[in-house]
Amino acid sequence: MAIVRLKKGFDIQLLGAIGSNGIVAASSPQSVAIVPDDFHGIIPRMEKKEGEHVAAGEPLYHDKNYEAIKVVSPVSGTVKEVRRGERRHIDAIIISPDGANEAFPLDTRRPAMEVLLQSGLWVMMRQRPYDVVPVPGEKPRDVFVTAFDSAPLAPDLNLVLGDKRQYIKKGVEVLNGLTSGKVYIGVREGQDIDAPGAEVTTFTGPHPAGNVGVQIANVKPVNKGETVWTMDIITLARIGELFATGRVSHDTVVAITGEMVQHPCYLSTVMGADLQTVLKNETTNLAQSRIISGNVLTGVKVDATQWLRAPYRHITVIPENNKPDEFMGWASMRPSRFSIYHTFTTWLGGLKKPVSMDSRMKGGERAIVRTGEYDAMLPMDIYGEFLIKAIISGDIDKMEQLGVYEIAPEDFALAEFADTSKLELQHIVREGLDKLRAEMS
Amino acid sequence: MNKIEPTFRPGGTLSKLESVYDGMETFLFTPNTTSRSGVHIHDGNDLKRTMITVVAALVPALLFGMYNIGYQHYLAIGQSQEGWFQMFLYGLLALLPVIVVSYAVGLGIEFISAQIHHKEIQEGFLVTGILIPLIVPINTPLWMTAVATAFAVIFAKEVFGGTGMNIFNVALITRAFLFFAYPSRMSGDEAFVKMDSAFGLGQGTVVDGFTGATPLGQVATNVGDSLHLTNVLGEPMSAMDAVIGLIPGSPGETSMIAILLGAALLLLTGVASWRIMCSVFVGGLAMGALVHALPSATYPASMLDPVTQLCLGGFAFGAVFMATDPVTGARTKVGQYIYGLLIGVFAILIRVYNSGYPEGMMLAILLMNAFAPLIDHCVVSSNIKRRARRAAVKE
Repeated sequence: MAIVRLKKGFDIQLLGAIGSNGIVAASSPQSVAIVPDDFHGIIPRMEKKEGEHVAAGEPLYHDKNYEAIKVVSPVSGTVKEVRRGERRHIDAIIISPDGANEAFPLDTRRPAMEVLLQSGLWVMMRQRPYDVVPVPGEKPRDVFVTAFDSAPLAPDLNLVLGDKRQYIKKGVEVLNGLTSGKVYIGVREGQDIDAPGAEVTTFTGPHPAGNVGVQIANVKPVNKGETVWTMDIITLARIGELFATGRVSHDTVVAITGEMVQHPCYLSTVMGADLQTVLKNETTNLAQSRIISGNVLTGVKVDATQWLRAPYRHITVIPENNKPDEFMGWASMRPSRFSIYHTFTTWLGGLKKPVSMDSRMKGGERAIVRTGEYDAMLPMDIYGEFLIKAIISGDIDKMEQLGVYEIAPEDFALAEFADTSKLELQHIVREGLDKLRAEMS
Repeated sequence: MNKIEPTFRPGGTLSKLESVYDGMETFLFTPNTTSRSGVHIHDGNDLKRTMITVVAALVPALLFGMYNIGYQHYLAIGQSQEGWFQMFLYGLLALLPVIVVSYAVGLGIEFISAQIHHKEIQEGFLVTGILIPLIVPINTPLWMTAVATAFAVIFAKEVFGGTGMNIFNVALITRAFLFFAYPSRMSGDEAFVKMDSAFGLGQGTVVDGFTGATPLGQVATNVGDSLHLTNVLGEPMSAMDAVIGLIPGSPGETSMIAILLGAALLLLTGVASWRIMCSVFVGGLAMGALVHALPSATYPASMLDPVTQLCLGGFAFGAVFMATDPVTGARTKVGQYIYGLLIGVFAILIRVYNSGYPEGMMLAILLMNAFAPLIDHCVVSSNIKRRARRAAVKE
């Protein structure tokens, strides 16, 4: 088994980690929602109308360009509302569960790709380049699976996996039939994965070691004209389960973490469950907090009336602004003002202790001044700063030359945290990838 | 602050000063803005902190510079028995007007420019504003400093887009402007030692045998096979004087000790690139050794030993505070080594073989500022080629 030792990056230690590994069962959700924005690259065309009945696993909508790509309902019930925002953009499809747990029939004897598309598991996968839902019909060069999440306060994917780990073998078998290359799985040191037929690589080092993009870059980088599929180990196990049992599992285990959470824990629930149910035990402080579905780097800001968002496994709650009008913060000598740089005094006390961090920007947006900040947070053979500049200036040739096909917004999340100039790097990368994709199609 | 805010927003009576208000507010209070998209937490460091760290690193050189102005002055008027506080006070009074002029002109232009573009005032000039008084000879008339600062801020910075966008180091452009526009005031006997009184302090007449030329100025005009460096009274000067900094020169550049204190802070905080800083010294040392191995009376500076070379003039100051400017320097790691090395080499080269410009450091840094993007381009190209090769192997 190959070992890749990564040096670059940083593990941000935040308050609110989970103490015990027990999994608590949440009560059944009052409502469940699918948010189309979670499945980037898909333009929704509704198949179900408001008031219609859906079974668990029954398609709610399909993609405008590829009708075969279906997004399905995680529960059986009634479509309560198709919530639309500006220019009829679909914000969320809300379902009232009926508790019957009636499953939509799937014929798993058909070709694997058709089954995946129909089952709704297809949209859980992503492809490089562009970090979008894969285009059906294109045979990927390889499939990359990450078996751990290295983001701050991230759940232990072994726990989220639970007894689904038995299906990993089957999942690898199915994916091996869909790629012309291999299935690569990236694991944390000491994590054992029983996956015959897959190429397992161990990664050591700080975040973003768990990012699948970083793993690809250090195993077999994506070149222009190539496509690879990416996913996490949970999706791989779900695919295995589908082909082993004929059923898609929509259950999930969510890590409830963060400084403002009173009882950090693992909670078992369903995909897209409403947060009022998920955060039922958290009674105080939610008003002055920022609820994030996902981790603090790549997650989505949600409010307590909304739902769990893909990939349905992590909630972080941090303070929104715990020091309003901090006087001359730039001159601060307080060791509690967290910075990974030595311009502040935090590092003298060590950067391994869990700290409190709120959502303030702590500075204004500026041109890129300091050098090497992005490269130190990006363990890939890429000049991050030059690539970002090429994206900002819209220079497609330069973007290609500097490796735009290898990256996803999440790979720049840590650099965005560390950026002295406070640029919105993930947003810049996403816009660049979208523009490139429109240009190339 | 919050109470008076509406008057500065569009529609308010003072909306023309919106940028100034924003600048003041973010100066006094950490902005309350929270992240809208992307990461939800941010590192505590921002550009204000980065810039203020550089200013802090300049403080030892600034304080020593003030003392040395006084020391040189009292030496020149034959009252070297005066106490150190008297000398410091004199230097403070002499340098303060320059600092005020530099900040007033530079920040004034930044404020106006920010308001025209409806942008927040940026902090780049915090550092430039203190660098200028430290590298301009003390006897430069204030109006010259003002004109040069205005020229540099407008033509070397704002036309390129402001902080972070400039190609050349703004403070060095200020000095270069003075150097080429008013050459007679920038070198020779009368540039570097203040002889008249400052706000009535330190009156006296210059003693006989006074010579205010900097060591490098003396070297450039040296005749014969051996060097004779003297202090302002014509007494022999030792290398130790240059290390401590009790020699004539621009206010900030004379003391190795004060500069190295600043360098220590910059390296400890990681604000300056150690790659650039070290390679400038290595480049200077190597070139200094080379020219010293081939001494010649035509080029008297070649008779200086390499270590003394680094201690004299603006070499150390430039290496620590100017060459490491991240905006105008090379940005790739490999590029930074090359960039620094070439600055060191060119500074000594110009100093030795072009005796018209004994201060080679300024020109070397400005020259390499121009070449920094090219160096980076070459380094990044190797990454591009590697990627292209990888793709080609596949096919």
